[in-house]
Amino acid sequence: MTVSLSQTHILVDDPDAAIPFYRDALGLEVAADVANAGYRWISLVAPGHPEVLVVLEQPEAGRSPENGEALAALLAKGELAPAHFRTDDLDATIEAIRAIPGAVVLQEPADQFWGVRDAGVRDPAGNLLRIEQAK
Amino acid sequence: MGVDLEELRRLRRARDRMDREFATPLDVTAVAREAFMSPAHFSRRFRAAYAETPYAYLMTRRIERAKALLREGATVTEACHAVGCTSLGSFSASFTVLVGQSPSEYRRIGQAEVGGLSDCQAMRVTRPRRGRRGSSSFGEAPATAAV
Repeated sequence: MTVSLSQTHILVDDPDAAIPFYRDALGLEVAADVANAGYRWISLVAPGHPEVLVVLEQPEAGRSPENGEALAALLAKGELAPAHFRTDDLDATIEAIRAIPGAVVLQEPADQFWGVRDAGVRDPAGNLLRIEQAK
Repeated sequence: MGVDLEELRRLRRARDRMDREFATPLDVTAVAREAFMSPAHFSRRFRAAYAETPYAYLMTRRIERAKALLREGATVTEACHAVGCTSLGSFSASFTVLVGQSPSEYRRIGQAEVGGLSDCQAMRVTRPRRGRRGSSSFGEAPATAAV
């Protein structure tokens, strides 16, 4: 039996602010952009990896107002779990992120003492992303 | 319920600034300006959002880094200045409260804390923990008072 990741969801408050980050800076491709009941679901894939979807959705979509507000507050505070990405050119990826309005580089690319070279950034919604140099 | 999401975003940006610039002589007044709040109001709202004061957050970041520098052989004075503290006395006092040893004691024997651990385990073990009594199995004195 083999199980692998097929889809993961990232909460964003403003899809129009998030798309340039994920599409233009990270280089993901928009596979679908669906609107329903006032909310949007944007599916992205990495080039060459159509089997793994990264889906951007809003915290309030499909939840009670109370739970949507609780998630929106955690997102605004920057307290949701981080997402990790891998790039073949960390420095170029970080430079592309710097050009995106609302994105912040928290930690410049650095060789960590546990053996990886990585950087820490926030997307415009407030999610923490760690981006690692592929070996 | 009326959560003020814009206020929470400002608090997040202020906390991010502490993460980015803790090694500079940053103080809570400067960070509060990032959040467009007075220092007192900022401290209250930050504590409501993150369960610790901005000063405690900033000092925890600094002392985490100082511990790494001391393990690498920096002197106490070098570590103090490298993490943005301007007063050796208040640096040592904060360090002692948070770590349970003075910086000079830690420098002498701190290496034992990470002996035999892999690097990423060492990062977790050596991260200062405020007010989590008894969480360490490595013989650290528990962190006690909030700074």
